[in-house]
Amino acid sequence: MAKVRGAVVVDKEGCKGCGICVDACPQDVLALNKDVNSRGYHYSYMENPDACIGCSNCGVVCPDTCITIYRVKI
Amino acid sequence: MDIKDIIKPENLVYDKSKVQIDTIMHYCPGCSHGVVHKILSELIEEMDIQEKTIGIAPVGCAVFAYNYIDIDWQEAAHGRAPAVATGVVRLNPDKFVFAYQGDGDLASIGAAEILHACNRGENLLVVFINNATYGMTGGQMAPTTLNGMVTSTTPGGRNIDLNGYPMKITELIAQLPGTSYVTRQAVHTAGAVRKCKRSLKKGIQNVLDKKGTSFVEVVSTCSSGWKMTPVDANNWMAENMIPYYPLGDMKDSVKGGPVSEN
Ligand SMILES: Cc1ncc(C[n+]2csc(CCOP(=O)(O)OP(=O)(O)O)c2C)c(N)n1
Ligand code: SF4
Ligand code: SF4
Repeated sequence: MAKVRGAVVVDKEGCKGCGICVDACPQDVLALNKDVNSRGYHYSYMENPDACIGCSNCGVVCPDTCITIYRVKI
Repeated sequence: MDIKDIIKPENLVYDKSKVQIDTIMHYCPGCSHGVVHKILSELIEEMDIQEKTIGIAPVGCAVFAYNYIDIDWQEAAHGRAPAVATGVVRLNPDKFVFAYQGDGDLASIGAAEILHACNRGENLLVVFINNATYGMTGGQMAPTTLNGMVTSTTPGGRNIDLNGYPMKITELIAQLPGTSYVTRQAVHTAGAVRKCKRSLKKGIQNVLDKKGTSFVEVVSTCSSGWKMTPVDANNWMAENMIPYYPLGDMKDSVKGGPVSEN
């Protein structure tokens, strides 16, 4: 089976730090940042980027649609 | 492989729909309304119906839905979205019309309007967000609040002797012959969101095919009203709401067809 790698881009200013994407990721890629965005939310980021498989689960569950997802076969 | 080599336009697999207006929504962190707005926007884009879609916004937190989905909208008085939608669709039978309502709006003040619109079999989709509370006004008890559930108006928990039973209004609606498709879904996991999207797609297609009323309940969270973190609210919903409001199709037929066996 071909291996896949993924990557996500979180819209830092749109994120409300709800943590639902962190919970939905099967690979434990995401975490909430210690820093906050301009509205005071601990925004989501790829803490463990190498583990991302581009499954889109985080993007699908995000209530604020702030995750864009990329995937490649390698 | 470097992240920069993955983040390229040709590798894009998931992005915000162009039908969703690029702005920050007023909803609280984790609110299910946002997820449902997102999948409705995706479907309106994928089914190429942006020009013919008219949404009827409720009173409740989704009162501002018209700021987020780039279609024509009409705002209705509290609970009256199905009545307004009736007028809109009867005058514009070739448009796709949907009413978007919360559980206070639909099952409480608007209980008569929804039952009669579904009984008449008006050709529209109803999207029913059941978060078991009045979110906008501060987490008061709704008809759908679970037995024992603490809200700002039931600080000791909902009491059936005093407040009646949590209302399974979708089961009632499935009994009305005017409906063609009645289902209950949720959006708390990626799998649930994908299933809910398929149900909404079927509801939209039924309206385009003039099959009568389609009704999609979405069991939802209101983390602010429930006073929980968004992740805890999703887990609480899965443990407590879904057993009482089980997910799945209740009716998948045609207008005038046999009523649900539930
Ligand atoms: C005629 C009228 N009565 C009462 C209100 C106050 N009110 C505003 S929103 C709301 C309840 C909304 O709850 P729900 O429909 O469950 O939507 P949510 O905010 O939870 O999404 C009420 C009672 C009103 N705006 N108009
Ligand atoms: S689900 Fe969306 S809003 Fe919530 S933390 Fe993740 S990126 Fe931010
Ligand atoms: S109060 Fe509840 S329903 Fe309203 S936006 Fe906040 S979480 Fe959503």
